[in-house]
Amino acid sequence: MKISIQVNEGPYQHQSSDSAYNFAKAAVEKGHEIFRVFFYHDGVNNGTRLASPPQDDRNVQQRWSDLAKEHEMDLVICVAAAQRRGIVDDGEAERNGKDATNIMDGFRISGLGQLIEAGIQSDRLVVFGD
Amino acid sequence: MSEIKKFLYVNRKAPYGTVYALESLEVVLIGAAFDQDVSLVFMDDGVFQIKKDQNSEASGMKNFSPTYNALGDYDVNKIYVEKESLEARGLTVDDLMALTYEDEDDDWAEKSSIHLVSADEIRDLMEESDVVLSF
Repeated sequence: MKISIQVNEGPYQHQSSDSAYNFAKAAVEKGHEIFRVFFYHDGVNNGTRLASPPQDDRNVQQRWSDLAKEHEMDLVICVAAAQRRGIVDDGEAERNGKDATNIMDGFRISGLGQLIEAGIQSDRLVVFGD
Repeated sequence: MSEIKKFLYVNRKAPYGTVYALESLEVVLIGAAFDQDVSLVFMDDGVFQIKKDQNSEASGMKNFSPTYNALGDYDVNKIYVEKESLEARGLTVDDLMALTYEDEDDDWAEKSSIHLVSADEIRDLMEESDVVLSF
């Protein structure tokens, strides 16, 4: 089955990123295709590479990045939500005159159309959030 | 894109306490460009999103409620409001913004986009939809 995932909550604050990660991992291991994971609202904070969680805890952002690399998963951060919250890649830094970037390897920033397209193209869109 | 799917946006939260309502509206407006079959549900505290005469000035937040009036122009004209949620909050349909659209199949007559429905009917709407986005 072709599945897309929407993550609406930030890391650590809320379980939904953990649940979405576990779901995505289980789905690909069962042979399903993850068409896209779309990060929205505070979910965009799953895509910063500047977090330093305690050594004895999971690293939510790194874990997404590793999963994406292993399975060539498309991790998309909503540009409008990212601009509000300061998730920045090279293109956004240049466009908005920012002096740094913080996007995690394996994520990309794009528009809300990517979410709608995921809904159209996938057999299921699974939303994680409140 | 040839395939048309039924998208249902479920709005459940009050408009200013969290960002969900504003960012949900942004998805609906962008999504309208994809020519899909779109319906909106307002339930729980989400019914406050389309309450008329909103004034957010004291909160320092932008009053984005006038944007809902544009939905009809984007061919988003199936707006379902849960009766039970309105009643629980002491609201009636007269407390809501008069959201309308122009019906191209009826000489562009202006019609109300708002349908009052029960929780049971919302369950059926969810069942019939291909993509349910909950905010």
